[in-house]
Amino acid sequence: MQLTNRSKVVSNKEMTWVEKMYLPAIFGGLWITIRHFLRKSATIRYPEVKREVSTVYRGKHVLKRDEQGRENCTACGLCAVACPAEAITMDAAERKKGEEHLYREEKYAAKYEINMLRCIFCGLCEEACPKQAIYLTPEFPVANYNRSNFIFGKDKLVEPIDKRIDVSLKKKVHTS
Amino acid sequence: MDLALLLDKTILILILFGVTLFIAMYSTYAERKVAAFLQDRIGPDRAGPFGILQPLADGVKMFMKEEIIPNTADKWLFIIGPGIAMCTALMTSAVIPWGKNITIGGHEIVLQVADINIGILYVFGVVSLGVYGIMIGGWASNNKFSLLGAIRASSQMISYELAMGMALIAILMSTGSLSIRDIVEGQHGWHWNVLYQPLSCLIFIVCAFAECNRTPFDLPECESELVGGYHTEYSSMKLGFYLFAEYTNMFISSAIISSLYFGGYNFPGMDAFSGNTLALLGTAVFFAKIFFFIFFFMWIRWTLPRFRYDQLMRLGWQILIPLAIFNILATGTWMTFKGYLGF
Repeated sequence: MQLTNRSKVVSNKEMTWVEKMYLPAIFGGLWITIRHFLRKSATIRYPEVKREVSTVYRGKHVLKRDEQGRENCTACGLCAVACPAEAITMDAAERKKGEEHLYREEKYAAKYEINMLRCIFCGLCEEACPKQAIYLTPEFPVANYNRSNFIFGKDKLVEPIDKRIDVSLKKKVHTS
Repeated sequence: MDLALLLDKTILILILFGVTLFIAMYSTYAERKVAAFLQDRIGPDRAGPFGILQPLADGVKMFMKEEIIPNTADKWLFIIGPGIAMCTALMTSAVIPWGKNITIGGHEIVLQVADINIGILYVFGVVSLGVYGIMIGGWASNNKFSLLGAIRASSQMISYELAMGMALIAILMSTGSLSIRDIVEGQHGWHWNVLYQPLSCLIFIVCAFAECNRTPFDLPECESELVGGYHTEYSSMKLGFYLFAEYTNMFISSAIISSLYFGGYNFPGMDAFSGNTLALLGTAVFFAKIFFFIFFFMWIRWTLPRFRYDQLMRLGWQILIPLAIFNILATGTWMTFKGYLGF
């Protein structure tokens, strides 16, 4: 009974006299390796040169601000619920008077933490977010010596007001 | 012995010592670079421009590492093992002629530490001593893997030394001398031994690979079976010494292969030069040959997989030794009858 069409008959044929000398095979091997010697290497010198990634690459997260520089996040917790790796935790707080220029909604995230060692970069938080507050950027979370330093708080996640991160291409993907 | 000669030899020995260590040191760097290039990578490039300072960084690392001597090890033998390996590796360079004589102000300098009339036998003797470093290290570790590696190393060296010696006899028959200087002088211009004795050359090179414990004959330190082989228990600079001895051996083997079969400091068109120019050019050519063979050692290493142990023994005893004996017979027959045939 034939189970698969990929099976191959084992060949146990005697080697010829020339094959038994091994030398032609050895020189053939040397020829193959020396051709690789002259070939361009595939290495990318990482910290100096970065590999091109797709514009919708799912890397480090960013917490977006709106046009007036107010944080979008309203701490609804949908991202945390959607997260299959349970990497997101947050504490909500009520917006006080005089803080309208800081937070867009009446409720905001006082603490927002993503454990980068748990995160699987699936992008479900981005899809779950009703306020367009969280996006995954093409940046990489940088290496660190300490586990506790991989829990990214708001200091690392919220985009700086003077260095806005463009996620317009991502938005196009989600609305279409 | 006059003072000038003593001074000559002392300076030559010191230079040789330095050059050997320097080349062994940069062989580790070259090995990593060659491996990388053969595998479409770029290799070490962080320490200095193109990673030129990598061997220094490795050396510092080796010295800084914690030194561990196992409780069950034979302490003294464990310590002198790497020393013997290093010492014997450095001794061989004494009989290699590095170039023609240089004349400075009427004083003739011989670029060879000792031109003894049994140069080849000396090389063989010292190389056989080299196995003691590995044997003692592996035995003193009191570890099964180390012992297996040491046993493999010694039996391998003994087996391949026979074929190596037999292959050489053909050369000795045609040259009529055991002195390496005479053998090199006999290969004037392009009359290299490899053209007259290709089979002997092939056997010698294969055996040289086995003597140096290089792939495809690196069973004594075969990681997939024996962890690290004879240096499993070694750490810090003692391990460094073993690795260093291996690269020194590789350099010396390359030098011996080049001088026995590839003309040493002879090169085609050498009659156009004379005096010191010829001597310096010859030395440069000799080193170019040595570097090519070091590269060849590495090239083979990153091309061929390792032999199985029974294949290794079969190749040594059943193929190389009969071939070498056949080569002796063929050479002898040719030397006897070439007079009658009118050559």
